Amino acid sequence: MKRYKEQIMRIIFLLAACTSIICVVLICLFLFINGIPAIGKIGIKEFLAGSEWKPGDTPSSYGILPMILGSIYVTAGSIILGVPIGVLTAIFIAKFCPDKILKWLKPAIDLLAGIPSVVYGFFGIVALVPAVRNTFGGNGNSMLTASILLGIMILPTIISVSAEAINAVPESYYEGSLALGASHERSVFFTVLPAAKSGITAAVILGIGRAIGETMAVIMVSGNQSRMPSGMLKGIRTLTANIVIEMGYATDLHREALFATGVVLFVFILIINILFSLLKRRNN
Amino acid sequence: MKKNGNKFKVLKSKFLSYKRSPLSLVLSLLVTVSACITFFILLFIIGYILINGIPHISINLFEWEYNSTNVSLMPALINTILMVFLSLIIAVPFGVFTAIYLVEYTKSDNKLVGIIRVTAETLSGIPSIVYGLFGFLFFVTTLKWGISLISGAFTVSIMVLPLIMRTTEEALKAVPSTYREGSFSLGAGKLRTVFRIVLPAAFPGILSGIILAIGRIVGETAALIYTAGTVAEIPSGKDFLFDSTRTLSLHMYALSSEGLYTNQAYATAVVLLVMVLFFNWLSGVLAKRIMKGN
Repeated sequence: MKRYKEQIMRIIFLLAACTSIICVVLICLFLFINGIPAIGKIGIKEFLAGSEWKPGDTPSSYGILPMILGSIYVTAGSIILGVPIGVLTAIFIAKFCPDKILKWLKPAIDLLAGIPSVVYGFFGIVALVPAVRNTFGGNGNSMLTASILLGIMILPTIISVSAEAINAVPESYYEGSLALGASHERSVFFTVLPAAKSGITAAVILGIGRAIGETMAVIMVSGNQSRMPSGMLKGIRTLTANIVIEMGYATDLHREALFATGVVLFVFILIINILFSLLKRRNN
Repeated sequence: MKKNGNKFKVLKSKFLSYKRSPLSLVLSLLVTVSACITFFILLFIIGYILINGIPHISINLFEWEYNSTNVSLMPALINTILMVFLSLIIAVPFGVFTAIYLVEYTKSDNKLVGIIRVTAETLSGIPSIVYGLFGFLFFVTTLKWGISLISGAFTVSIMVLPLIMRTTEEALKAVPSTYREGSFSLGAGKLRTVFRIVLPAAFPGILSGIILAIGRIVGETAALIYTAGTVAEIPSGKDFLFDSTRTLSLHMYALSSEGLYTNQAYATAVVLLVMVLFFNWLSGVLAKRIMKGN
């Protein structure tokens, strides 16, 4: 009887362990089954490279190039703003920070990671949008605003992953450099940092993943016009925003085109994930 | 006195070395300034919302029924608690059992274990809007559960599964193997050892992961907007699981996109922020306690 129970529980544990596999398979299956036919109907070239997204027109056009570019531009902007500050902060945490300050800085970064994206978005609406409008002109709901907000949102990811990578570099590198007469700063920047390069790259890739997948905060500050991006201070729509904004009322091919947008986003994310795990494996 | 003298000496030698190599000074300034920027961004965001929001918190906001005069967040708050509760009921057993299987029942070079790890990593990298789409396609449309509490709960439970799995795994691994050996040598079976010895010892770690998951669920929006819906009412009646609901984050999104109730939106943001930060803090405290325990 006891053996029986042991065996049954073992199988239950095994089955539970398979849920994550089942979930991934189901997610892939349902997204692709619902999204791929629309790409076929619209035509892969018209869908991915078409610059017009006009589901309401007759004949309607479903080109998601504006949204692909929107996602890429906003992500690039957030990386340009977030990575330097993030990596430098990580260096400060790992190599410069006195323990007294670290006690404050570490929880601060955890807090930054914990703020929900709607709250970031709301902060964007009430503080960032007017600030951008008053300093740079335009109406404030722009690519720049979204990039700044996303740059802030990816900071905790970049900081914690890069700090980990920097801490993982053997102390002997640093000591060797000091012994050769280099200053503390030079040792950190020119021997430790290059050794942590692949870890920091992994942090950036993870940041890209976060930025490209972010939805609510971006919707709230980026204007969401579905036309080709035309400038830093003009509105922009990302892939994620396209899904949330139109899903509520879309029907038929329009709805399927939104699922297909999700497929494109999903493929982007999968590529980023694969890159990330390849880098991580190389580190080990 | 002597300490001060030393401090002065250190400063002097620092100054001399910076004079010899100005680049060092620049680099040192760069990292310090960046860290300050990070810190002040956080202070600014939290301070801005608290200062603008706290004066607008009123009793009206906590009235039982939502209408356009009181803009009450109470139904959303209760829906959030329901949502958290339901998703944890679904996600915790699966997450904990998976971790038990990975830590207690297999060796790490097993092929299946490799696949489980890869898929869990994939799950944690998927953005919440993709979960939202999947939830809409699978739970809402295919299973015909409609836009409802239960569709939303299942969707977010998949989302927090990898989080619970990973934290539980770490907590189980942190339990010293002597505990297991002691239990085995007293004649207990594997199952008894796991449930009576290992799980209680790992409990604070598991709880820390669960609380972190609560924070995630409370703050989630994109995955819920087309699975749980946006109706600002407390679900009731026999089929309450299949009622459309609006959690606090969705309420927040609705308020700020309507743009009519800015003051109430500020106050709601304060409540949401405080809730999420409280859960994160609690989780951190628990995690730290385990670190000390070891």
